[in-house]
Amino acid sequence: MGSLPATIRPVTPEPRHPPSEQTVSSDVLRFRNTSKVYALARQSVAALTDVTVSVGRGEFVALVGRSGCGKTTFLNLAGALDVPSGGDVLIDGLSTVSLDDAQLTQVRRRQVGFVFQFFRLFPTLSAVENVEVPLQLAGLPGSRARARDLLDLVGMADLGERMPYQLSGGQMQRVAIARALGPSPSMLLADEPTGNLDSETARTIMDLFRRVNIELGTTVVMATHSMANASRAERVIALNDGRLASDESRNPEAPVG
Amino acid sequence: MTPVPGLRDPAPTSADRIVSNWRLLYRLIVRPMVREPLRSGVTVLCVSVGVAVVVAIDLAGEASAGSFRSSMESLQGGASYEISKVGGIPDEVFGDLARIREPLRFLARVEGYVSEPETGERFPLFGVDVLGDEALRPGLEGGPPDLGRLSESRQVWISRALRQEAGGPVRLVVGDTVEEFEVAGVIRESVGGSDSLGPMALMDIALAQRVLGRRGLLDRIYVETPEGGTRNWESLIRSHLPPGTVLHAVGVRSRESRKLLTSFRWNLRVLSYIALIVGAFLVYNTVSVSVVRRRTMIGVARALGMPRGMVRAGFLAEGLLFGIVGTALGLATGKVLAVGAVELMGQTVQSLYLSSAPGEIAIRPWTAFAAVCAGVGASALSAWWPASEAATVPPTDAMSTGRIDFATRVQGGSWAIRGLACAAVSIGLCFAPAWDRVPFAAYAAALGLIASATMLVPQAAVACVRLSSRPLLRVFGVASMLGARSLSSSLARTAVIVAALSTATAMMVSVAIMVGSMRETLLVWIDSQLQADLYIQPERRPGEGDLPTMDGSVALTVESLPAVDAVDRYRRYAISYGGLPATLALADFRVLKTRSEMRMIEGADWTGISDLLMSTESVIVSETFSSKHDVRTGDVLSLPIGNGAEDFEIVGVYPDYSAESGYILGDRGVLARHLPDARLTGCGVYLVPGADIEAARSEVVRALAGRTVVVARNRELRENATAVFDRTFAITYALEAVAVFVAILGMAGSLITLVIDRRGELGVLRALGGSREQIRSLVMAQAGMLGIMSNLIGLLLGCALSVILVKVINKQSFGWTIQFHWPVGFLLLAIAVIFAASLAAGLYPARIASSSDPGGMLREA
Repeated sequence: MGSLPATIRPVTPEPRHPPSEQTVSSDVLRFRNTSKVYALARQSVAALTDVTVSVGRGEFVALVGRSGCGKTTFLNLAGALDVPSGGDVLIDGLSTVSLDDAQLTQVRRRQVGFVFQFFRLFPTLSAVENVEVPLQLAGLPGSRARARDLLDLVGMADLGERMPYQLSGGQMQRVAIARALGPSPSMLLADEPTGNLDSETARTIMDLFRRVNIELGTTVVMATHSMANASRAERVIALNDGRLASDESRNPEAPVG
Repeated sequence: MTPVPGLRDPAPTSADRIVSNWRLLYRLIVRPMVREPLRSGVTVLCVSVGVAVVVAIDLAGEASAGSFRSSMESLQGGASYEISKVGGIPDEVFGDLARIREPLRFLARVEGYVSEPETGERFPLFGVDVLGDEALRPGLEGGPPDLGRLSESRQVWISRALRQEAGGPVRLVVGDTVEEFEVAGVIRESVGGSDSLGPMALMDIALAQRVLGRRGLLDRIYVETPEGGTRNWESLIRSHLPPGTVLHAVGVRSRESRKLLTSFRWNLRVLSYIALIVGAFLVYNTVSVSVVRRRTMIGVARALGMPRGMVRAGFLAEGLLFGIVGTALGLATGKVLAVGAVELMGQTVQSLYLSSAPGEIAIRPWTAFAAVCAGVGASALSAWWPASEAATVPPTDAMSTGRIDFATRVQGGSWAIRGLACAAVSIGLCFAPAWDRVPFAAYAAALGLIASATMLVPQAAVACVRLSSRPLLRVFGVASMLGARSLSSSLARTAVIVAALSTATAMMVSVAIMVGSMRETLLVWIDSQLQADLYIQPERRPGEGDLPTMDGSVALTVESLPAVDAVDRYRRYAISYGGLPATLALADFRVLKTRSEMRMIEGADWTGISDLLMSTESVIVSETFSSKHDVRTGDVLSLPIGNGAEDFEIVGVYPDYSAESGYILGDRGVLARHLPDARLTGCGVYLVPGADIEAARSEVVRALAGRTVVVARNRELRENATAVFDRTFAITYALEAVAVFVAILGMAGSLITLVIDRRGELGVLRALGGSREQIRSLVMAQAGMLGIMSNLIGLLLGCALSVILVKVINKQSFGWTIQFHWPVGFLLLAIAVIFAASLAAGLYPARIASSSDPGGMLREA
């Protein structure tokens, strides 16, 4: 794994929204009495109920709980993929409730990076092309050079031209992390990022998350079932039946190597 | 483990197994179809439109030819033979036959066509022996004819279809005059044992001879022979016939006409099947998509013990369901479509093949059976491949996703080789001869080319996507590039939808080139044919076998006018040659030699040919006649005219596009020795140099006042011929439009499927900051790419097919040599419309994709 290239090292300092829209906040993410209800065919299901929690800049947070406890809903709201049914979600001080679809798209484009359990790389694009996608969506110039730097960061510099089906699970997840880091987001949201990997590979991926968190200062919010993974975070938020069960800060285990 | 008492089931019977299997199939196959009504609905609609077109063309073909049977054949009674002669049978022949002391019955007929002066509707008029024909009399309502009045009255019996009251007057256009008759009664439906009669009129034979200008002549004599026995009646009758008279079994004439119609109907039938082929492609696509999407489910089912055969049966059942429902709907809508098709086909059939009004449109068991075979069969065949593929996949393989599409890409090369081999075989088939005048080998060649293009599609699609990725990225952004790339990654379905749309496009292109070439060739030919300044002909439009005539004095009257330099007297006879109908035409070569110049395919120059025709017993024949009867310059034709079979040498072959049956053209001066009838079917009027055409026309009209003739300038005839041509081919365009419509529908369905299948990817794209517009542009890029690929492949395939259509199918079916002409404007317009339609097909799927919430898409994927 290479050292951080110059293009990646600093957390992007430029304002992400026009000054008039931006609210100065030390919290990257804030849930205020947030609820989310899904209307199904004959009934409605409360996926999240009255959750109030804040995530500070540069924090590494593990989100734990049993299946169906609301972890994915929490991440969807945190990543502006969805808006709450009640309460509010603020990303970098911006309330997602008040944003229209185009503004939510802008938030996802610049503030948030996503890493999924099943990697979700575009099967028709090579590794480097996958990393370029968010940069190109945002219309950023020099996407190819930046993508290569990011692949270098995650230890995939030599495999950039490979197609996803030519990569192992761990390699695909590295590419996915590089892709998520493309637009230098303030927050990386990861949904069970090691759920589909063996324990050895999972540990190296967790190391990578820690490095990104420490060296780039990127906030990481990671949903996980694994207590080993959770132990690598400095804060653990537990959900139970859509409600906040506990919120504990702790000393994370040191990264390996 | 010890079995728990009561939980061990008895061994299942085979009935139990069948019930549980079907229950499982219902749950795994039918339920998902019902849950995706849009996708299932589009597929069923495509099959039903394909079947409907096939049914409509079949019904319309039957209806257009059907009434011929009900009018002409209804009057044949129980006759076994018919006697005819070019130019007419003298009355005395009937008298001689009637004196034969044998149990034979002879029925004399005079046949012609008349029309209603107001509507112009044409129908047959028969002169029959109203008093002598005992079998016919009960069929005539209005009581027995009055012998005393019959000789001087103008009584006519008409069919119900003409909606006239008995006792009232009726005006009919006969030849070049309008005549008034008295409606004596209505012809009962029971005449000749026919169930339904089209429009027709009957009158006494003597009156018919008078009004049709056939005094002393009969057109046909039917012969009824006793049932049973082994007596050779044919040779007995023949021994009593004068030379030049033809005796043949009843029905030969209509069989000859139908034989000609066969090619026309086969061509339409093959075109109608194109829509069904496109529909079948879409069934294949839908079932393939089902297989790809349910691979995990197949894997689980196989792991739980489902046998391969059942997997195959399940997906086959899905295709069959599409086929059965689509066919049922297609049969119903086909009958409705047939009404429109009869409108389009009927006029063509009447003017080119059979002079009859369209008959009833009814679904017969054979039509229904053919439709079921076509619709259900095509669907089952289309589903067989993906169903078999699903069955052969091992459970472990089926648990992984995305491999079938990859496999298609890997195997694309071998498919391309198969495609090239198929194209080579198709080219070879083009050189095979027609079978009974139907170019089956050429049809197979056309289908083979379509199949080879289909096999080449995967490689072509990959190349297209590869070439377009970078430009798309630069011009339209990363979303468009992703859209294009995902097409090549889902080749299994992309290739099929491109094949479907390119097949429809190719057929449209090839038919447009063929029709454009024929039209251009026709216009050039008309220009060379119509060299007189004015043309005079009976007002009633001629049809195949119906050649209205006018009195010979018309030419004398016009010839005497000061503005007129010369008149070409023209007469046509419908004859039978070599078991097929043909036209024998007489023209005045004294006039034509110096005032006209016909382009010849074989033979000397025009002046030399004119001299030969005027001085020797010789004729020239049209190209269609030459190819149908395989005769050339130097061959001798034996024509049944005059007092026997007269021999005429062929001294030239000329192009002709006016009749498929073919022409034999000779000089009036020579042939009049055998055919002395002075009546004319038309006149070409050459004016003195410098004469004002419009003034001369008015002069001719004044001179011919009181006659129902048309005096037209050659420009008007040209326009009229073009209009007839355009009307003839309107139905082919309609068929092509349906095929393109089906393909576009299928494309919309496929794009929706792609959107549903790729919702995970779309969700990720949204999570990475893709806007709704970018998602929309991704789907629209896919629609655009499909449109471009289909247009490109369709254009190339269409050009290849047009060569087969023009040079092989057309030549073998009709015998016409067509000069290639590229209707560039029309082709550009058609391609633009198809491309616009393919973009339009992407609008709804793009809306679905862009309006879905990203969280939902990620959750569902």
